[in-house]
Amino acid sequence: MSDRDHRPEEFSDLDDSAPGEERINEQELAGGLLGYALGFGLAILLTLASFVAAQSGVIYQPAIISALVVLAIAQMGVHLVFFIHLTTGPDNTNNVLALAFGVFIVVLVVLGSVWIMTHLNHNMMPMNGIQMQ
Amino acid sequence: MLGKLDWSAIPFDEPIPLIAALVVFLAAIGVLAWITVKGFWPYLWREWITSVDHKRIGVMYVLLAGLMLLRGFVDAIMMRTQQIAAVHGPGYLPPDHYDQIFSAHGTIMIFFGAMPFMIGLMNFVVPLQLGVRDVAFPTLNSVSFWLTASGALLVNISLVIGEFARTGWLPYAPLSELDYSPGVGVDYYLWAIQISGVGTLMTGVNLVATILKMRAPGMGYLRMPMFCWTSLAANLLIVAAFPILTATLAMLTLDRYLGFHFFTNGAGGNPMMFMNLIWAWGHPEVYILVLPAFGIFSEVFSTFSSKPLFGYRSMVAATLFICIVSFMVWLHHFFTMGAGADVNAAFGIATSIIAVGTGVKVYNWLFTMYGGRIRFDTPMLWAIGFITTFTIGGMTGVLLAVPPADFMLHNSMFLVAHFHNVIIAGVLFGAFAGFTYWFPKAFGFRLHEGWGKAAFWFTLLGFILVFLPLYIVGLQGMTRRLQHIEIDPWVPWLIVAACGILVMIVGAACQITQLVVSIRHRDELRDETGDPWDGRSLEWSTSSPPPSFNFARLPHVGGEEAYWTIKQRRIEMQDSGEEPAYEPIEMPKNSPTGFVAAFFATLVGFALIWHIWWLAIIGLVGAYATFVVFAWRDVADYEVSAEELERIERAGRAAWFKHREELA
Repeated sequence: MSDRDHRPEEFSDLDDSAPGEERINEQELAGGLLGYALGFGLAILLTLASFVAAQSGVIYQPAIISALVVLAIAQMGVHLVFFIHLTTGPDNTNNVLALAFGVFIVVLVVLGSVWIMTHLNHNMMPMNGIQMQ
Repeated sequence: MLGKLDWSAIPFDEPIPLIAALVVFLAAIGVLAWITVKGFWPYLWREWITSVDHKRIGVMYVLLAGLMLLRGFVDAIMMRTQQIAAVHGPGYLPPDHYDQIFSAHGTIMIFFGAMPFMIGLMNFVVPLQLGVRDVAFPTLNSVSFWLTASGALLVNISLVIGEFARTGWLPYAPLSELDYSPGVGVDYYLWAIQISGVGTLMTGVNLVATILKMRAPGMGYLRMPMFCWTSLAANLLIVAAFPILTATLAMLTLDRYLGFHFFTNGAGGNPMMFMNLIWAWGHPEVYILVLPAFGIFSEVFSTFSSKPLFGYRSMVAATLFICIVSFMVWLHHFFTMGAGADVNAAFGIATSIIAVGTGVKVYNWLFTMYGGRIRFDTPMLWAIGFITTFTIGGMTGVLLAVPPADFMLHNSMFLVAHFHNVIIAGVLFGAFAGFTYWFPKAFGFRLHEGWGKAAFWFTLLGFILVFLPLYIVGLQGMTRRLQHIEIDPWVPWLIVAACGILVMIVGAACQITQLVVSIRHRDELRDETGDPWDGRSLEWSTSSPPPSFNFARLPHVGGEEAYWTIKQRRIEMQDSGEEPAYEPIEMPKNSPTGFVAAFFATLVGFALIWHIWWLAIIGLVGAYATFVVFAWRDVADYEVSAEELERIERAGRAAWFKHREELA
């Protein structure tokens, strides 16, 4: 974990930088202090929106869950762009691939588990009359 | 004050564990006393315990793995002998103790034998093969190692203080819940695996970062040696799969400690979810172990056939294919749990498909040997032994992947024979091949060939004698983990298996003798050139043992087989060895962080197992304080001056050119 401030020339790759070490571009929407403020504002806004969606009755009752899912995904997007600094730039290929791999594995394990577990219940003996503990 | 801990925790009424523990304890005291008398402590502390050098940490990993393999092997000997001693009788191990032994055998062999061996070899070799000076996070690496050692220590403490789990190597719920396992055995398992699991996860992060971010100039992805590719895949699997294990065991811990109901029978818990989740980690784990072994065999086949690896790109593709598909097959560990035909069929087909990736690799290794000038040194023998026996294990695996067949064979000795067939022939032979192959690089002298070959032949023969009979008794209907035997037709086969384990004992003895003989005759076995096997990748371009900084100047890589190209060019150009200009480099300083953090982690683990809450708090505060102290350090690096580099490099280069002249 030595900080490699004095790393040899060979290691510094202009197209590839570690999180926290990237050259911040003030022109970008997600760059600099403004970026963090914007991200913070959006995150707060989305959080408030989920509370409103759940409690105010503005949204058609059965659609509330879908609305919350949409807001949650938007929240993740805000975090990835403004705080994790995930971009489509060439220095981010590794990060994008890592995210894709992670999402892929999570989806596989979660959907697989749901499929397997519902199938187990599907094949269970009828439980009518048998008292559950 | 001491929670659940009192004198009843020590099994005075069970002579076997007590005597075993006493012997181990006396041996440990003896070693410590010897170190103290000889005054080795300052040296050990300075050069090994606090070392953040990836090579030293790799060596310590392999040493830990070797000790734990022996411990697990003793368990195996006890199981095989118990099964022939307990025909229509009780044998010498009561069920209570026998259950602990098979649980400890599996846990130790996988988590503290196979894993540290592979991680140790990756740690040692990957930075050298990539042509860099250390891993991405050297101190984190040391923390990883000491946390793994801490887990191993906890498992071995359970031998004397308390008991180990009686649930099998994966503590299936609801058996592992408080209702059915009220003792501390499962708690030992949980905390030992959690603590060492943190270490494994950090190693995974560390090596992925190293391979993705720190390669020598010119070392593009498709120029990396095969071992680096399989290490990358294995570490990606660690990063993706170990959190599942951590979460699952954390849920079981909540069930046991705080009365939660994740996996209990009642109150809405679902024990089947435990099996589902533990195997969602467990199957990738199989490939975490075997992928590095595949990498080792790729290096060995290519080096000892004096040829480039056949089908390098197809090998990379097969590795990544296995990496992904290994996450799509986990249900085949519980086909019989009650899922319907379509779920079982889908996972059965996925399981058969993953064998295709391995098949591609097997053919590539065969074609690598084809037309090569093959040298039958010990690593090559392990590799050839692997390819012949592993194929049998792979095919019985495809057989078990067929759900209807699995309903017959589930939990039988056939299954036991199958997974030992792939793990011993794949992972263990790979570990031994890698050990003999890279030993000269680590220590500067070769291992004795004669004893190495004897170890190979005895281990191979013993392995076949143990596990082929187990396939047969499995087909005859014998289930696994039987404490006593009531069916006479099984007995002759079990006797053959017990004879087989005798042969394996001889193999293990040869292995130890090999090490002792080689150390005694190290001057005759000395390797001055740094390249004893006529190798092809960058680890052979530096001296043996490599200096702490590995490479005085980072090598420039111009193609696949980086060192082979450099070597050929040097020979063709009749390079007289003109010295390059050296520049000073910075290396990470040693740090006791890992050792101290693991000391506190051990305290935490032990305290939580025995419900000694004040000690757990002390341990947690200590571990956090260790981290803070480390984060506050002022100086992280030390400088190696250009003169020092020149002095160290000159000796190595001179030896290389002298060796070349002698050959010419």
